[in-house]
Amino acid sequence: MHCVVTGGNVKVLAKAIHSLSRIGDELYVEPQEDGLALRSVNSSRSAYACFLFAPLFFSRYSVPNRNNFRCKMAIKSVQAVFRSLASLEKTVEKCHIELDEQKNRLTFTLHCKHGLLKTHNLSFQDSESLQAVFDKDSCSNVFRAQPRLLVDTVMHFPPSLEEVTVSVSDERMWVRNHVEEEAEQSKAMLTELCLASDEFDHFAIQAHSSVTFCLKELRGLLVFAESTGLPVSIYFDEPGSPVVLSVTDSVLEGNFVLATLTDDPGLRKNSSRRGHTQPPPPPDDFMNDDMDSYLIAMDTSIVPGPSTAGPPTPPLAGSTCSKRPVATNHRTRIHSEEEEEGEEEGDSEKAEDSDRPPNKKFRSLFFGSVLPPSSQMNTQPVVSQEVLASDSEDDSQDE
Amino acid sequence: MKFRGKIVDVACLNHFSRVVTTISKLTKMCVLRLTPDNLFFVLSGKVGNGGVSMWCELSQANFFDEYQMEGVSSEDNEICLEVTPENISRALKTVQNAKAVKVKLTKKHCPCLTVIAELPTLSSINRVVTHDVPVDVIPQRLWHEFKEPDMPDFDVSIYLPPLKTMKNVVDRMKNLSNFLVIEANLNGEMNLKIETDLVSVTTHFKDLGNPPWGDDASQDAGPSQSRDPDTMAEARVDIRRLQQFLMGQQVTPSRAMCNIVHQRVLHLILLHEDVSLQYFIPAVA
Repeated sequence: MHCVVTGGNVKVLAKAIHSLSRIGDELYVEPQEDGLALRSVNSSRSAYACFLFAPLFFSRYSVPNRNNFRCKMAIKSVQAVFRSLASLEKTVEKCHIELDEQKNRLTFTLHCKHGLLKTHNLSFQDSESLQAVFDKDSCSNVFRAQPRLLVDTVMHFPPSLEEVTVSVSDERMWVRNHVEEEAEQSKAMLTELCLASDEFDHFAIQAHSSVTFCLKELRGLLVFAESTGLPVSIYFDEPGSPVVLSVTDSVLEGNFVLATLTDDPGLRKNSSRRGHTQPPPPPDDFMNDDMDSYLIAMDTSIVPGPSTAGPPTPPLAGSTCSKRPVATNHRTRIHSEEEEEGEEEGDSEKAEDSDRPPNKKFRSLFFGSVLPPSSQMNTQPVVSQEVLASDSEDDSQDE
Repeated sequence: MKFRGKIVDVACLNHFSRVVTTISKLTKMCVLRLTPDNLFFVLSGKVGNGGVSMWCELSQANFFDEYQMEGVSSEDNEICLEVTPENISRALKTVQNAKAVKVKLTKKHCPCLTVIAELPTLSSINRVVTHDVPVDVIPQRLWHEFKEPDMPDFDVSIYLPPLKTMKNVVDRMKNLSNFLVIEANLNGEMNLKIETDLVSVTTHFKDLGNPPWGDDASQDAGPSQSRDPDTMAEARVDIRRLQQFLMGQQVTPSRAMCNIVHQRVLHLILLHEDVSLQYFIPAVA
């Protein structure tokens, strides 16, 4: 692999790496025919980010001879290459990224002004491809906004805040901070921001829904979006299915996939008792049999699916059926400015949803080692959903 | 109990938020008293907060374009709330460029002081941000704890040097000692001293001037009038409290002075147009 990045694009690349560093500790590098993919995932596998830089982004781009080369490395060491963003723009004229196959090193060479040459040799580990399974085009709610709007929105929330809830109606979007427990709620300051649809470049609602996700990763993407001035698109469906944030222009695409909270405190209580027991990996048709996918699969089985059919799998959630009453009088803060209204609506909806396995935290995302990326991406969601739902069924038998 | 206030003027909003920020630097929790004419931020000297007490008085008319309140009863037309000034400060800071800010007492999941701001946008509909700051309503039987503190029967009253200068001195001294002796006389002289086993440091200020407390402090006139102008009155205080007071200053006061009750209390007063802030630091042995 040999890529050359010149001029302002060096900064774009550096910003992308910085925003990926908000997600996870490792950077997955995969030179593909259609461009260089940089990816990262957080330790709980509830957030995933990917930047794809098209060959045109580079002034020179060649993929390695050895096909499907992939590697991962500590993101901190890559960040160190682009440490000072401010001076980067002024001093660096071009950046070479080369793979030294003999020494197993990935070499970043920065050509600076006055003939200064900075070379970083980074060691790496082989890895499988990291790919979250998501389909943003099927999402019912789609928005696009200038980064400034989102930056101004996020600004109202304290840096310590972990999660925000986004609710939408036909003409408005509400963003509020998410407070976990009732007890905390009486102490915590609640902030709510209401945005009108015409502040967005694009505002398409099919379902009035409300999702809760981590603010940290959104902030990470905004760092990138703001510096490049690219509009941010937001795609989401219902609580529990991931929200996708993306930036696109002709030579690059960035997608951040964030798990959302199932806003279901009745059930949540239930799962907290279970603690962090790792559910066993789902059956083999789920994923390929490599290390990464195994880890991912472990997490994935927390993910409840809507379907109840499927082969029985080991315990997770006894709660789902028996706890139905709990679920019906829980607090929901769903799509409404009038809380009372929201509660009623939420309840009636949730009665059905209570069939889902309990969930303390975010539903993890579906990941796979996608060797044949396109085909698997399409089939996977279906498979995994079945598997997951069966988890919960089995659980009830267990208790 | 009802309360609703509206600030439209940017300068007022800015000023109000600086006052609240100053308070938030001094204390985590305090009491906000609302009366038809004034707002008071009160901290009563309890052991828990190191015995310091605070009294900050704002005249509502100087901040609010609209101000409506209805107290507990017509005789006691007041509202007394326990608040976290930092939260209010944060809420106000994020809405500095608002077209209008409303502050309301609301009943949500708990009693809240709700800050609602209309933010300017390019679209026809305003962007609205709402901050619900939880508060505790203080029952009437506890109100007596939050009355204005009496003017202490001070021995010496003196104008303070520029607070920034004083802050620089105190910051350095804090590295050397946990306690600081502040002493002053009626001759316009003030010293800041620390004494440890290893080192003694004193910073001298002179020609500061002594405020005339004629009529207002008539009952105090006795001791301070007959006092030898060169005799120092001193108070040994926790240096962190003094530093906190000097550090948190967001309001540039037009007048800053302090009263010392010999070996009892240090009483700091800042006056700025419509705002007055009093801060009491107990002396330690």
